[in-house]
Amino acid sequence: MRSIRAAAVGAVTLSLALAASACGGGSSTGGGSNDSPKTLTYWASNQGASIEADKKVLQPELDKFEKRYGIKVKLEVVPWSDLLNRILTATTSGQGPDVLNIGNTWSASLQATGALLPWDARNFDRIGGKDRFVDSALGSTGAEGEDPAAVPLYSMAYALYYNKQIFADAGISKPPATWDELVADGKRIRAKGKQVLGAEGSNVSENIHHVFVFAKQHGADFFTADGKPDFTNERAVAAVRQYVDLMAKDKVIPQGNAEYAQNQSVSDFAKGKTAMLLWQSASANLKSQGMSEDAYGIAPVPVRSGTPGTGTQVNSMVAGINLAVFKNTHNLDGATKFVKFMTSDEEQGILNKAYSSIPPVKNAQSDAAFNTPANAVLKNTLATSAAALPQVADESQFETTVGTAVKELFADAAAGRAVTTESVKARLLKAQQQMPAK
Amino acid sequence: MPDIRRDFRKDSSRDSCKSPMAPPRSFLWTRRIFLTLLTGFVLVPVYVMVSSSLKPLADVTDKFRWLPSDLTIRPYIDIWSTVPLAKYFANSLIVAGAATVCSVVIAVFSAYAVSRYAFRGKRVFTVTVLSTQMFPGILFLLPLFLLYVNIGNATGIALFGSRGGLVLTYLTFSLPFSIWMLIGYFDSVPRDLDEAALVDGCGPLGALFRVVVPAAIPGIVAVAVYAFMTAWGEVLFASVMTNDTTRTLAVGLQGYSTQNDVYWNQIMAASLVVSVPVVAGFLLLQRYLVAGLTAGAVK
Amino acid sequence: MATTVTAKAGARPVRTGSSGGPVRGPRRPTGWLRRVSLPYLLLLPALLLELLVHLVPMVIGVAMSFKELTQFYIRDWGAAPWAGFGNYRMSVEFDAPVGEALLHSFLVTVAFTLLSVGLCWLVGTAAAICMQDTFRGRGLLRALFLVPYALPVYAAVITWVFMFQHDNGLVNHVLHDQLHLTGKPSFWLIGDNSFFALLTVSVWKGWPFAFLIVMAGLQNVPRELYEAAALDGAGTWQQIRRITLPSLRPVNQVLVLVLFLWTFNDFNTPYVLFGRAAPEAADLVSVHIYQASFVSWNFGTGSAMSVLLLLFLLAVTGVYLALTSRGRRTADA
Repeated sequence: MRSIRAAAVGAVTLSLALAASACGGGSSTGGGSNDSPKTLTYWASNQGASIEADKKVLQPELDKFEKRYGIKVKLEVVPWSDLLNRILTATTSGQGPDVLNIGNTWSASLQATGALLPWDARNFDRIGGKDRFVDSALGSTGAEGEDPAAVPLYSMAYALYYNKQIFADAGISKPPATWDELVADGKRIRAKGKQVLGAEGSNVSENIHHVFVFAKQHGADFFTADGKPDFTNERAVAAVRQYVDLMAKDKVIPQGNAEYAQNQSVSDFAKGKTAMLLWQSASANLKSQGMSEDAYGIAPVPVRSGTPGTGTQVNSMVAGINLAVFKNTHNLDGATKFVKFMTSDEEQGILNKAYSSIPPVKNAQSDAAFNTPANAVLKNTLATSAAALPQVADESQFETTVGTAVKELFADAAAGRAVTTESVKARLLKAQQQMPAK
Repeated sequence: MPDIRRDFRKDSSRDSCKSPMAPPRSFLWTRRIFLTLLTGFVLVPVYVMVSSSLKPLADVTDKFRWLPSDLTIRPYIDIWSTVPLAKYFANSLIVAGAATVCSVVIAVFSAYAVSRYAFRGKRVFTVTVLSTQMFPGILFLLPLFLLYVNIGNATGIALFGSRGGLVLTYLTFSLPFSIWMLIGYFDSVPRDLDEAALVDGCGPLGALFRVVVPAAIPGIVAVAVYAFMTAWGEVLFASVMTNDTTRTLAVGLQGYSTQNDVYWNQIMAASLVVSVPVVAGFLLLQRYLVAGLTAGAVK
Repeated sequence: MATTVTAKAGARPVRTGSSGGPVRGPRRPTGWLRRVSLPYLLLLPALLLELLVHLVPMVIGVAMSFKELTQFYIRDWGAAPWAGFGNYRMSVEFDAPVGEALLHSFLVTVAFTLLSVGLCWLVGTAAAICMQDTFRGRGLLRALFLVPYALPVYAAVITWVFMFQHDNGLVNHVLHDQLHLTGKPSFWLIGDNSFFALLTVSVWKGWPFAFLIVMAGLQNVPRELYEAAALDGAGTWQQIRRITLPSLRPVNQVLVLVLFLWTFNDFNTPYVLFGRAAPEAADLVSVHIYQASFVSWNFGTGSAMSVLLLLFLLAVTGVYLALTSRGRRTADA
């Protein structure tokens, strides 16, 4: 009996000790250091056709960096399915990469964790100054009034991709500039037996990107000025309803798209099944799916009336990838150098070409590759009519709750259930109530 | 029901045990229909995997057709370059293999202790170990990660991101059920056997390895298969505890669904390629497996 | 569960004294000390590992559930403010949306688990009984039936996703285009049908395990029982009802419990099938908790929900074991 008790006491002590040591997780290493000046770990996000393809794009550049600065960069391309979880566990444990890519919409949320190096004026000076970057891209790097948590790396914007052949067959001479025109064109396209507009109804992030733009066009915000969720205001409800009505009432989004979450809408478009697609920088996708560049045209995303611009004329979110430095880095100088290298005019040109994105660095944009008719649309959108998603700490919860609400609304529409202002409002109310209490 | 054999078996060596009554036609027909339906249920997805893996991507994302119009083996070539499949496969084999070996060895020790010795705390031990089967994985994913990191910081043993950490995690996943099955199995090995070995001068461990283990080989194989499958398919822990070099198949297969495209045909092809060795091994072992599970679970 | 084990041991003619009695064991004059410490030494590796991977993290997890562990504190969660029972209160406030959603998810999970376990058991048992006797092709069939168990989860589930697609999937192709059973193609991955999609996949993946265990169990039913029954005039159906099924009781006790726990906690299947936002009809509690913690970055609430779940499973298991082994325990004692 005595030995049992001893064993039990031992076990409890051990577990408490381990628990206590775990409780201290992350606190041991506060800021960055320069303990290992010769190496860096870099988590890249998956931007190209596959993880292996990304490695082929990035590795030569990293070799260049090593040659220039004598710092070896250990690259890991993290799939999107794992990226946020990896960042969260890294944040919790303090054990992460030195430099990492983050989706720019996560900036404010990750900023709130305090895990990322703030880019104050001094840090920005070390990479050539804040004014080298495009304003709209900087708008999606963290909460307003705080030092950015990351630096823009690749920028993207939504555009309307349309199939020229289907448009010609349906007798449509130019891409729709307003939603009413789009719905009207839709009738003619459906008469030809084609689907009108592709969407990813079960993809939470895509849903958010679209309802955000619709909200802007309705003059609505999902958050109050002091950062409280306000999903059920009349305009926000109208905006969400307008998006879901594209399927429920206007029948331009086919019902089958309600379950799309794996880029099926892009395949549909590439195969000529659908006439239009709202997508960010789709050229590379379409090419890999065998659609030639002459087969489709690119136009700005429609607005309610008039032409794209600021305020209620916004027609895209600021999409893109930011580059961040993990605060716990053991090579702060090297990490800063690496950020400088990656945002240099030269690298920006090379990388953004490879990923068919737009450089958020002003000087790099003058390259002819970013001034083709296709890229000009994206560039203009970014420069004049794109808005950043709410830069609040609860952004990722907002994406989940509202994105899921829209997914459920699409499911209702697909099942033939009525989508009314009341049903939209009820879903949004539920989403809002699930937001963390302030 | 040995009598049914007459209807299906040509050789009548076991006819001695037939009973006076033949199975009714209703049973035979029910059996035929049921097994046919079940075979269909099992096979349809397998057929879909095989046929899709032989189609070009454009055809796969088209309307489903039973007979592919355009056959290609291209996906079977592409799978190796889209993701480092060979590396993931090797990682999975190493991790699942090591976890299996460790789990079996540890389970054998524990089960032997519980089966052959009376000691205080035995019941506490079995209850505690078995109750870990109830833990929702989410509850201890983050704490475990923290623990590994802190052990790493304190001792320099890299547990997170390494295959070792994953082996450790997985082997404990399969440990409870393994111990439990082996206890039952060891109990069914007559004690006279190991007592005889002890009399002959073997120590307790000698008796375990020379007598009990050989007699329990089928049970051990069963536990090994179970432990292997547990480690083979795990996704959640692997997704945060591995990195580029240590990623396992279960997570790595998701690499065929990328930012741009979902390579359905390659997913199917890769799944089939990696499953063939496992299924083959499974089939080789299934005779033991059936015999093994019997004793563990029943006795 | 220890009861089960000892009860099983008790059923054997040669047995260990399992409830503290003296062991008729290795009795070597010099080995006394060794014999006392040896069992503990043998258990040590298992104990240490369970402590490291399960028990300590669980203690930490329980500690987390009392903290306000949002993204503002995860970096240094020792400093996170204590929330007392706040996280628990939020989880069980069934009038409020968070609690209501959890309750809904819990009920869905219970229904799903019961159906899935029931079907897995039924299909597995039926198949095992059907394959009790030798017939041509039995070996091949047995091999085939094990394939779903041997496929990696991701591969198996993604294949089903592929088959359940609304526009291009096999399921709608067969049900709608070929058999004309439905007026229009159904959605399987969203909306109410998603529950059945999940159930199908779960049963497809899970029944071979039940099949294996039951098949093994059947081989231990003494043949004499059948012969005696046959002599008494019992037909095949009656033999199944009177001999086969009762003989399977001990196997079933174990099997059903294990299947229940695995299915209840299964994360991989719903996650691969639906992604991180499961449709309401198939919102299993494991994914729900994942969403509460990893997607919403509120690890405190997520942990509190997990602890509640754990308590529920402990209670269910306790009651289950008490009910199913009552008879056998009294027989043993």
